[in-house]
Amino acid sequence: MILASAGNVLVWAVWMVAAFACLGSGIAVVSFSNPFFSALALIGNLGSLAVLYLLLSAEFVAAAQVLVYAGAVMVMFLFVIAYIGPRQESPWAGGPSWQAVGAVLAAGALMVEIIVVIGLKASGSLAHSAHIGSSFGTPSEIGRLFLTDHLLAFEVTSIVLLVAAIGGVILGAHARREQPSAGP
Amino acid sequence: MLGPDVAWYLAVAAFLFSTGALGVLLRRNPLIVLLSLEIMLNGANLALIGYARHLGDGSGQVFAIAVMAVAASEVVVGLGLVVALNRKRIVLDVDRLNTLRG
Repeated sequence: MILASAGNVLVWAVWMVAAFACLGSGIAVVSFSNPFFSALALIGNLGSLAVLYLLLSAEFVAAAQVLVYAGAVMVMFLFVIAYIGPRQESPWAGGPSWQAVGAVLAAGALMVEIIVVIGLKASGSLAHSAHIGSSFGTPSEIGRLFLTDHLLAFEVTSIVLLVAAIGGVILGAHARREQPSAGP
Repeated sequence: MLGPDVAWYLAVAAFLFSTGALGVLLRRNPLIVLLSLEIMLNGANLALIGYARHLGDGSGQVFAIAVMAVAASEVVVGLGLVVALNRKRIVLDVDRLNTLRG
């Protein structure tokens, strides 16, 4: 009993740190004026989200999050930001504009809406979670689900990735062909 | 389940989603709009994984991985567009990108 409650306190503490790091770095991404710092804050956000995924027994998704997002996608972002050069834009400067006020109001309304809908529809059933086996969230379980129940989603995802790769190549090639005509 | 109920995770997910929506609505730099889109997708992912744990069903995690693949594709196309705009010497400001002439 004492062991169980000590584990509970430990999980709560880890959750607190990860959740507040996640929320704080999310706000930092939106408010930094330099996109380079925004991208670095997003890496922190993705890392703390991976900790939350681990607490929810989603080990494989947490590993994929760190490898795919914090590794590959963010490196691509940082390369493009370095290529384009830092472009300062301070979102909160010059007093509140109608656009900023409207954006804050719309985002706040969205959050209230989500929380009210979840609270009304699901608050009674959220207290008791299902018991899970030891294989929940492991790579073998995810792979089994992908190749049996969700085979169509798996194949469609591969087509989406292929189309995106072709699109990236075409966008890059198009820009390169246009470059001589843009010069003197 | 040790630690907080799934409702707390859903609250974090709702906050993350609206933070991302705020960034998309507020910022003018397309790079930061893309970063905010990533935050929105991750908020949705957290809700999916929270419900997967709550219901004891792995399908939510499978869908979260599909969302990550779609997010990676979106980043490829979005960053390709940003680089193409930059090469054509177009100002990177989403409020001023309002024509679609090739």
